[in-house]
Amino acid sequence: MGRLMALWDWFDARMPSVAEEFRKHAAEYYAPKNFNFWYFFGALSGIVLVIQIVSGIFLTMNYKPDAALAFGSVEYIMRDVPGGWIIRYIHSTGASAFFIVVYLHMFRGLLYGSYKQPRELVWIFGVLIYLTLMGEAFFGYLLPWGQMSFWGAQVIVNLFGTIPFIGPDLAVWIRGDYVVGDATLNRFFALHVIAIPLVLLGLVAAHILALHDVGSNNPDGIDIKKLKGADGHPLDGVPFHPYYTVKDFAGAVVFLAVFCFVLFFVPEMGGYFLEDNNFIPADPLKTPSHIAPVWYFTPYYSILRAVPPLFNSQFPGVLAMGVATLILFFLPWLDRAPVRSIRYRGPIYKTALAVFVVAFLLLGYLGTEPVTVWGQAGAWLGHADRATVAARVFSLIYFAFFFLMPWYTAIDKVKPVPERVTM
Amino acid sequence: MDSTRRNLLVATGALSAVAGAAVAVPFAWSWWPSERAKAAGAPVEADISKLSPGEMQIVEWRGKPVWIMRRTKEMLEAVKAADDKVSDPKSEVDRQPDYAKNEYRSIKPEYLVLVGICTHLGCSPQLKGADAKGEMGADWSGGFLCPCHGSKFDLAGRVYKGVPAPVNLDVPPYMYLSDGTILIGEDKKGA
Amino acid sequence: MKKLLAAALLAPLLAAVTPLAARASEGGYRLDRAPIDPKDLVSLQAGARTFVNYCLNCHGAQFMRYNRLGDLGLSESQIRDNLVLTDAKVGETMKVALAAKDGKAMFGAAPPDLSVIGRSRGADWLYTYLRTFYRDDNSPTGWNNAVFPQVAMPHALWTLQGERKLELVEDKEHHGAPEYKWTQLSPGSQSEVQYDATVRDLVNYLVYMGEPSAVNRKRVGIVVLFVLGVLFIFAYALKKEYWKDVH
Repeated sequence: MGRLMALWDWFDARMPSVAEEFRKHAAEYYAPKNFNFWYFFGALSGIVLVIQIVSGIFLTMNYKPDAALAFGSVEYIMRDVPGGWIIRYIHSTGASAFFIVVYLHMFRGLLYGSYKQPRELVWIFGVLIYLTLMGEAFFGYLLPWGQMSFWGAQVIVNLFGTIPFIGPDLAVWIRGDYVVGDATLNRFFALHVIAIPLVLLGLVAAHILALHDVGSNNPDGIDIKKLKGADGHPLDGVPFHPYYTVKDFAGAVVFLAVFCFVLFFVPEMGGYFLEDNNFIPADPLKTPSHIAPVWYFTPYYSILRAVPPLFNSQFPGVLAMGVATLILFFLPWLDRAPVRSIRYRGPIYKTALAVFVVAFLLLGYLGTEPVTVWGQAGAWLGHADRATVAARVFSLIYFAFFFLMPWYTAIDKVKPVPERVTM
Repeated sequence: MDSTRRNLLVATGALSAVAGAAVAVPFAWSWWPSERAKAAGAPVEADISKLSPGEMQIVEWRGKPVWIMRRTKEMLEAVKAADDKVSDPKSEVDRQPDYAKNEYRSIKPEYLVLVGICTHLGCSPQLKGADAKGEMGADWSGGFLCPCHGSKFDLAGRVYKGVPAPVNLDVPPYMYLSDGTILIGEDKKGA
Repeated sequence: MKKLLAAALLAPLLAAVTPLAARASEGGYRLDRAPIDPKDLVSLQAGARTFVNYCLNCHGAQFMRYNRLGDLGLSESQIRDNLVLTDAKVGETMKVALAAKDGKAMFGAAPPDLSVIGRSRGADWLYTYLRTFYRDDNSPTGWNNAVFPQVAMPHALWTLQGERKLELVEDKEHHGAPEYKWTQLSPGSQSEVQYDATVRDLVNYLVYMGEPSAVNRKRVGIVVLFVLGVLFIFAYALKKEYWKDVH
């Protein structure tokens, strides 16, 4: 044992103190003691990231990034590689789980004003993670080389083709060919397997470092560092380790139980996690009758589809979709409320958020269906598809939530905020 | 630390370790040969009914050449005569299944089955019959010569003394499906 | 608020688990529910037999290994003697005899590989499709299909089902869905009940072939959820123990 300690001392004298880092970020990182259900999802996002990386590495051991071999190599993994089907389902379930967990994590931010000063940078790194994650999922989805993989990629790359002047050349440059093909598959594989995961890991580290620098928010939105005890620690804080390590562990077990239920009993999730059409090998000559992106992209796809073509170009729709994602960056400055948490906000914000959530979910649903899903409206709306009309209304609600926010959060009647947290 | 707390920590820790090990299992297990690899490495049937005495045929098994030679009476005598020229005449070193740990290193003396890969550095030796005395020397009674570094083996695949190769040529698992057919890669134990 | 969100989160989970109502095919024909039992080995074996005898001439199943049929309770020699009709080895995959190029020339479209057809089309679609072929003199093969109109595939199982005719009766009075009227033109070697059973077994097999590890997957899942359940009891107790101190 003495020799082990001597070895450790040798190491410690030559590297930055591991014990010090552990103290700073865990044993003496004081987090508010009133974290609730919404506060699980950050740690769960980290866990899913690790799950995806490990399962992804093992998939790469047998997957072949070649247009002629890709589809077959996935079936090879499912059938011929011992335990391969578990690894595949972990990765496909994990992809959807990642977005569920990240959306709930972001929603926590909206509920408790976690993006507000001094945590604007934490939020910005977070939005960057979200956008990077969307890219990672998009590149990854081409790899199985099924019909949806191929045509989804074809459609999305064509969207870049609608950008004025540079569009068509840009689309060819992204694809590496005139149509999505082997060249596209190879580069998307490289991006998905190593380039973007490295970026994600860096952004996650930055996200956590920025958070730990200012300290965590809480469901009451109050600053726990204002009231400190005689020992110099926040009265309403508890050290992250052991209190939140042990709580997050329990939360992780519950999450894994739900994850495993899906994995082992409903991995396809009714065609939402693994789409039926993706079990047909990619065929550049046959377009499926109904192309939809995977569920986690559908709210933005809905917004894109809701905007009619202007001057023979679909670019306005692309622009709207882009603004819908990028507007998130500005949230810390759009919100003019003097309080952080929804618990102390007025009725206007609560209504606005509730309506926003409903609009977002419905946009998401509509994005999975063809525009004819709700039939046609009457003559008063020019017999337009009801779903398109609805998507336009919901898109306006989505944009209004953000663009009108400086106004309605300023006039909203807030409630007095307590001194101490409420458990 | 409070004993309840310690006990709970130990119990949870132990259970987590078990669960963690269980998670690692499918990942580690995925490294075993896949069904495709096993199918490609499956036993190979060889039809020996058309082999004439003294003739040799080569069959591929698991990417390796397997020699099947129908030995003549002279060849079998030559094996006996080479007993003191080879390093491991009784096949003590484990390079063959039990049924080939005999004088002629085969199930039936008439048919020799060997993996045709030199035990030195992996080249494939060539058959040099008893008539190759000009090349192999006056007292050559027949066998195999490896062209890479000159290792020599007799007509039972036993390695000569004083050559780079350290051990006898491998005898693969094999069995007779009938008098005219050999199955290479599997024996009655089900290799 | 919390309850609403919990419901919203659980809804897709429930939707996937509960059986869906009968759907319509893209041609508008209502799909029958395929009465398959993935645990019925006898049905699966019968389906495998039908598959290799009637389907593997034109279609391939290039991801399915013959020796995987051991899942159905068959020994390797049983597979080799009864189900390998080509000179393939039992460890090889069910490659098709017909080259894709020739298939396209013969039928107008290359017969697709059937390895994962159970996953892309689904059991109900396949069960209904294989039972709704009808005679049509206007088609190149002389056959048409109610679920897949203008399909390039002829009725591969016609010797079993016999020839049938389909009439579409428009409901002009009530503007309802058209009524499909089937008439048997000539009998096959099987009665309607027998043929339905044959197709049921074949579809059972196709679904199995789409994901051979499905039964095993659920078995492992039960054990995993049980272990996680026990782990949760300890994890929660541990959490409660530490959080006693916090008020």
